[in-house]
Amino acid sequence: MKQRERYSALSVVRHGLTREAWPRAWRTYDLKHTYDVVVIGAGVHGLATAYYLASVHGIRNVAVVDKAYLGGGGSGRNTAIVRSNYLTPEGVRFYDRSLKLYEGLAGELNYNVMFSKRGHLTLAHNDSSLRTMRWRAEVNKLQGVDSEVVGPSELKELIPFMDVSKHTRYPILGALYHPPGGTIRHDAVNWGYARAADALGVEIHQQTEVLAIERDMNGVRAVNTSRGRIDTRSIVNCTAGWATLIADMVGVRLPIETHPLQAAVTEPVKVFLHAVVVSGSLHVYVSQTDRGELVFGASTDPFLSYSMRGSLGFTEELASHILELMPGIGGLRLMRQWAGLCDLTPDFSPIMGVTPVNGFFLDVGWGTYGFKAGPAAGEAMAELVSSGKPPSLIAGFDLARFTDGRLTSERGAASVGH
Amino acid sequence: MLLVPCSLCGPRNVDEFRYYGVPKARPAVESAQPGEWRSYLYMKRNPAEWTYEWWYHTLGCRTFFLAERETLTNEFRRPVSSATSEEGTET
Repeated sequence: MKQRERYSALSVVRHGLTREAWPRAWRTYDLKHTYDVVVIGAGVHGLATAYYLASVHGIRNVAVVDKAYLGGGGSGRNTAIVRSNYLTPEGVRFYDRSLKLYEGLAGELNYNVMFSKRGHLTLAHNDSSLRTMRWRAEVNKLQGVDSEVVGPSELKELIPFMDVSKHTRYPILGALYHPPGGTIRHDAVNWGYARAADALGVEIHQQTEVLAIERDMNGVRAVNTSRGRIDTRSIVNCTAGWATLIADMVGVRLPIETHPLQAAVTEPVKVFLHAVVVSGSLHVYVSQTDRGELVFGASTDPFLSYSMRGSLGFTEELASHILELMPGIGGLRLMRQWAGLCDLTPDFSPIMGVTPVNGFFLDVGWGTYGFKAGPAAGEAMAELVSSGKPPSLIAGFDLARFTDGRLTSERGAASVGH
Repeated sequence: MLLVPCSLCGPRNVDEFRYYGVPKARPAVESAQPGEWRSYLYMKRNPAEWTYEWWYHTLGCRTFFLAERETLTNEFRRPVSSATSEEGTET
């Protein structure tokens, strides 16, 4: 059996005929005593950081450690929506870079990530919402991102079954239409990055929990894990909902509170929804997978919690809101619900860059919008770790902005129900 | 369904309450430096363990009370009975 193999139609045929086993997508290793970089968190951000460190900067002596299985946190629990229609110029530039990377990702990683650019619609049900949509559209256009405000009749053409009349409880006044947005197979992105990083020599260590971080007068010195101690001078915190637990180990305070974000999925039905639909006022977003399941998200649970279970309260709230939008789906059965942890920041923008502790880097605070940012975040963090300087793309996301009083507020575009 | 033990009403559904967070000590308003004040506003304690926190019973008796909860499992202990109690208030 080969160690590594390029996926292709030819390889599928070959394996079909010869019955040869496929090589493992990533390997397991014993933990070495030292690595150049230790990335804590094997989600899309951590894996992308490791991949770009190896592929772009030639830094391959990298370990990605995770206390559970790779892609098991927010990266495996999101509703897989990708878009760049944000409110601030910094945000739009950042997410657009990510979108461009997503466009080429399947080819670059040799892994089918199933990126479906089906269009993204954010509905406005009142004047202030419509004003925010117009604001976002103009900011987007200035950054070269395709977004436009459409009226009810244009919306009807895009989504024929949508009730755009004035007879609903919250009539739709218009929407922000963002054609480049869409959905992606989130697990495939995680696995694609893991496989590609592994092929370049990065070691992924699952079931390896970080217990403590050692410092000396020069900064971080070592990581103590459940499988042994690692000497290193570069640590990247990509642990999302668990970010403060790691930051506490080096005495770095973060403006982060962890809240669960729930999601749910219905039984499969014939595909009728061809775009992603979001309604801020109704606190709900929905898309339909290629298998026909409707995937829903709504608001975060309004209290700090590290629990990843779903709740009946969420389902009731979700049902009441989505049925406002699509009364016809009332008979569908809900198949599954779950939650992921969101590291929420006061300004709904992430925290990326350096800290007062030398060698301890942050890529956290991604809240409810981390998955779409994975590729651009990984690329930027790899450049930061490699050069020591934060690239200009992430300059507005530094930790110091909170004590300096210059927040980067994305509340208007960061999601629903905050 | 998460039942929050209100100090006056007993266990009620979490939808009836508003979460006010882990207590933090406020610096003196007159003398706090901007950086110190912003630290107080923005920096959070984000415990993954038993912790004290303020809850407000919006749809019930409308009192503030301190509850003790394990944030990994959402298990509650019996609440502190008075909103004026100093127990659990910390930096």
